[in-house]
Amino acid sequence: MKVSLIMLVAVGVLFAAGVTLLLERTLTRVLLGVILLGNGANVLILSTAMPGDPPIVGAAAPGEMTDPLPQAMILTAIVITLGMTAFLLALAYRSWRLVGHDEVQDDIEDRRIMAMAERDEGSDAADADADADDADRDVTRAVHP
Amino acid sequence: MLIVLLAHLAVAVAAPPLVRWLGPRAFYLLAGAPLAAAAWAAAHTNEVLGTGAVEWTHPWVRPIGMSLALRVDTLSWLMVLLVGGIGALVLVYCAQYFDADEPDLGRFAGVFVAFAGTMLGLVVSDDLLLLYVFWELTTVCSYLLIGHSVTNRPSRRAALQALVVTTAGGLAMLVGIVMLGEHAGSYRWSEVADSLPGGWYLATAIVLILLGALSKSAVFPFSFWLPAAMAAPTPVSAYLHAAAMVKAGVFLVAQLAPAVTVAGGPAATTWRVVVLGAGVATMLYGGWVALRQYDLKLLLAYGTVSQLGLLIAVLGAGGRDVAVAGAAMLLAHALFKAALFLVVGIVDRATGTRDLRRLSGLGRRAPALAVAAGLAAASMAGIPPMIGFVGKEAIFVALFDAGVTGRVVLAGVVAGTVLTVAYTLRFMWGAFASKAAVPGADPGVGAATKVDRRVVSALLAAPMLIALTGVAAGIAAPLVDRLLSPYADRFAATGPVYHLGLWHGPGVALGLSLLVLVLGALLFRAGVPTGRRPARVGDVPASSGYDRLMAVVDRTAVEVTGATQRGSLPFYLGVILLVLIAAAGTVLAVGRPFGEPVQLWEAPLHALPVAVLVVAAVVATAARRRLTAVILVGVTGYAIAGLFLLYGAPDLALTQFLVETVTMVMLVLVLRRLPTHFSERPEVRTRWLRVAVGTAVGTVMAAMAYVAVGARTAIPVSVDFPELAVSFGGGRNIVNVILVDIRAWDTMGEVSVLVAVATGVASLIFRRARRLHRRGPGSLPPKPPDGEPVWLMAGHTVAAGRRSTMLEVITRLLFHAIVLLSVYLLFTGHNTPGGGFTGGLVAALALVLRYLAGGRHELSTAAPVDAGAVLGAGLFVAVGTGVGAMVLGGQVLQSAILDFHLPLLGHTHVVTSTLFDIGVYLIVVGLVLDVLRSLGAEVDRHQDADRKAEQTEEMA
Repeated sequence: MKVSLIMLVAVGVLFAAGVTLLLERTLTRVLLGVILLGNGANVLILSTAMPGDPPIVGAAAPGEMTDPLPQAMILTAIVITLGMTAFLLALAYRSWRLVGHDEVQDDIEDRRIMAMAERDEGSDAADADADADDADRDVTRAVHP
Repeated sequence: MLIVLLAHLAVAVAAPPLVRWLGPRAFYLLAGAPLAAAAWAAAHTNEVLGTGAVEWTHPWVRPIGMSLALRVDTLSWLMVLLVGGIGALVLVYCAQYFDADEPDLGRFAGVFVAFAGTMLGLVVSDDLLLLYVFWELTTVCSYLLIGHSVTNRPSRRAALQALVVTTAGGLAMLVGIVMLGEHAGSYRWSEVADSLPGGWYLATAIVLILLGALSKSAVFPFSFWLPAAMAAPTPVSAYLHAAAMVKAGVFLVAQLAPAVTVAGGPAATTWRVVVLGAGVATMLYGGWVALRQYDLKLLLAYGTVSQLGLLIAVLGAGGRDVAVAGAAMLLAHALFKAALFLVVGIVDRATGTRDLRRLSGLGRRAPALAVAAGLAAASMAGIPPMIGFVGKEAIFVALFDAGVTGRVVLAGVVAGTVLTVAYTLRFMWGAFASKAAVPGADPGVGAATKVDRRVVSALLAAPMLIALTGVAAGIAAPLVDRLLSPYADRFAATGPVYHLGLWHGPGVALGLSLLVLVLGALLFRAGVPTGRRPARVGDVPASSGYDRLMAVVDRTAVEVTGATQRGSLPFYLGVILLVLIAAAGTVLAVGRPFGEPVQLWEAPLHALPVAVLVVAAVVATAARRRLTAVILVGVTGYAIAGLFLLYGAPDLALTQFLVETVTMVMLVLVLRRLPTHFSERPEVRTRWLRVAVGTAVGTVMAAMAYVAVGARTAIPVSVDFPELAVSFGGGRNIVNVILVDIRAWDTMGEVSVLVAVATGVASLIFRRARRLHRRGPGSLPPKPPDGEPVWLMAGHTVAAGRRSTMLEVITRLLFHAIVLLSVYLLFTGHNTPGGGFTGGLVAALALVLRYLAGGRHELSTAAPVDAGAVLGAGLFVAVGTGVGAMVLGGQVLQSAILDFHLPLLGHTHVVTSTLFDIGVYLIVVGLVLDVLRSLGAEVDRHQDADRKAEQTEEMA
């Protein structure tokens, strides 16, 4: 099948722009990146079919019709992207309600572990200090009157 | 037998409420479960002896060949008696041992009964996989029991240590079991034993299984966990050391020995080396360390380690006489060790200490206790007429007759027994003797220790009974011999066989027994250097090897986690994308599959939407205002809709257009609350990195698109779709027929995702569960004031400044027409562009219009239903269509074409898949309604609330 250059350009640009936004920390930008990636994927699927007449029996001769299968797949993808958008939006809004902005923060627990690794500590270290008093408690039971 | 097992489960579940209700007295009731097991064994004695085994099988997990196969042969019968009998007595003991205010007693009681039940299951399992399941269950139960004092760090540590060691061994064992089972084609040990593989395959499997058995039985080098496990309450220790847990390993070795030792080849040799070497080494190590202990309980714990080594060596040695001796020793050990631990518990409770440096004169103050302890200790030391003496004699004789290897092992065992006698004496002396001045004792504690006699008399029954059983078993040695010899007869015997008995006349065994007693006494008199550091009683013995290993694991985990789990979303995404670039890029660069001809465009007109979307996408990445970015991304969507149209996809174009519109509305609804500009951070460096990664991904994807499109040489599967769509799908719009018929499962999955998403959105925005009812219509708007022209039901609720009469009029005029259009699209979608998705989106847009014009009250009037109900109804209709087809005899989601004549309407052509499309329609409407209620109405409410709060603040 002959490849159409402008379609390749469209796919490339949409993916490039989508990824650039996806790697941001602002959730709104991440969301826009996801939308662009979805659009890019749809164009990619679309380009696998030759353009032609709409695949409606009776309205076009079977030979002139474009392949209907990629269309069905894209239709599903479009609606799923709508769902994704709604969900990410809700996330962004909630983040803004809770912390006043919609930036994805680094995980605190992961940061803590990284700091441990830099200090060459084991994860038990903190625990041992906190429980030092415990160890002194005798296992032996107290005398009963 | 299964009923007995299930009874344990039921009793374990019932234990916590029972204990809450009755207090510690509930233990008397709970003892019924293990007692039933012992009674079962007693009742089936003749059957087991007569037929060799009682079996019961029920298929369970067929794909892996696992069955509920229970089999009670002589060895299992002995174990059931011990597990049940000692379990019941320990529970009775618990009833007096614990105070009513003991924390978590209910949980403890439940776990204890479960522990007894799993141990019971373990010894009656014939299926090796089932055995493994029970094996791990005992591990889990013992973890909970050892760690009973959750606030106590040594206790938690000991529990974790036992868990880690025995689970690691158990995993090795599982591999060995699978190796044997896969070779034999069955996991029933009674069948596997007859078709063992040979050579190194068997040897490997055996070593793996032994790893499990030895770690469970605390044999060297895994010994360290058992002494540490005495952090558990004393009744647990008694049960754990005597009948349960550690005996599992011994039991497994005893069960395997008859088959493995005769297998020959490297397997039998490996088995002997491991079992005898580790066994004797453990016996000597445990005995030596026991001699140096000051804590009575710890002394006994190391004694157990020593005895387990002996049991493993003897039961694993292989040979008829050794086997009967080992079985007798197994019985003897269970009896005396249970009794002794219970005695230590009494000493501890009655005096408040287990430190033999602080105990003095206890023998005079509590003579009955001393008698019980003395009987059990005599059995441990091997003094007639105890069962311990019978067992030890038998071991001496059997090993003496077992060739050179036997004599070498015998030497080790004799040495170990000398140590046993010595530490037995140390125990009795330490617990009961009157000590005027013990070296290293506190000078202040001279005379007799204070004893609480009530505790002694309340608790004495169980240990006394167990100790007396030991005496009775010794006296009735011929009977024990008759009961246990069927197990030993699994080994082929040549010549006269040995019989257990108290008196065999003067001989090697008797000589050795006397020698051992004398040497043991001398060793005790001489004393043993007690190590550098006088251990405090209650200290958990250290296990430096284990600690170092765990520290290394911990450090490695921290380093690996710290290096890979950065906690940063862009980092994770970046790694994934870089892998994509590297993997796909390498294939493209190396394979260079670029040979297909390229044309600039299919038609010049295509360049228009492409140019628009390229510009919009590139500018969107640089936009600083949220709204600008949103609009630009929306532009790319509309451009793509145009491209769809040019490519001959009117369905897609319509859907994309509608979705893009709904998306824009949603974005704007949220953006009104967020800051206008993106928060900028000084990230120039990372910005270029992002652009670089993005460009690389874009290039790779474009190249992949080129290769993929160029590779389309085969005839597409869809070439028959036009004909199929009409004949089977009953529709002329092929895309729609694909969605609701040919690939209906896809659509089913998709709508399920939509329902989940809608629910997720609502639960993110409505912060409290009880507010979720606001997904419903909420309160009705107040009546519109008279005298004004009413365009919308709730138009007057919008603040005057934001009200647009123009919009209200348009909405009023268009709303019903749009809804009608949506229904039209839904029903004609099968033949012309349209369908459930498009129809639903159009209907949703009508609702959006109402909301924008009249606010949240208008939305309630327009759709006085709960969004969740709409979603549920849609899913119900969609699933119902699928199920309905199945019920009517077709495949799931198969569609049928109905043609009939109706008065007035004339000829009617109905395809059942339209019903499915109606489900889709409802779900799409429900999704958008949910989004409007959440991101629209509820966000409005948040805004109003915030504004009100600000005003109050200003006033104050």
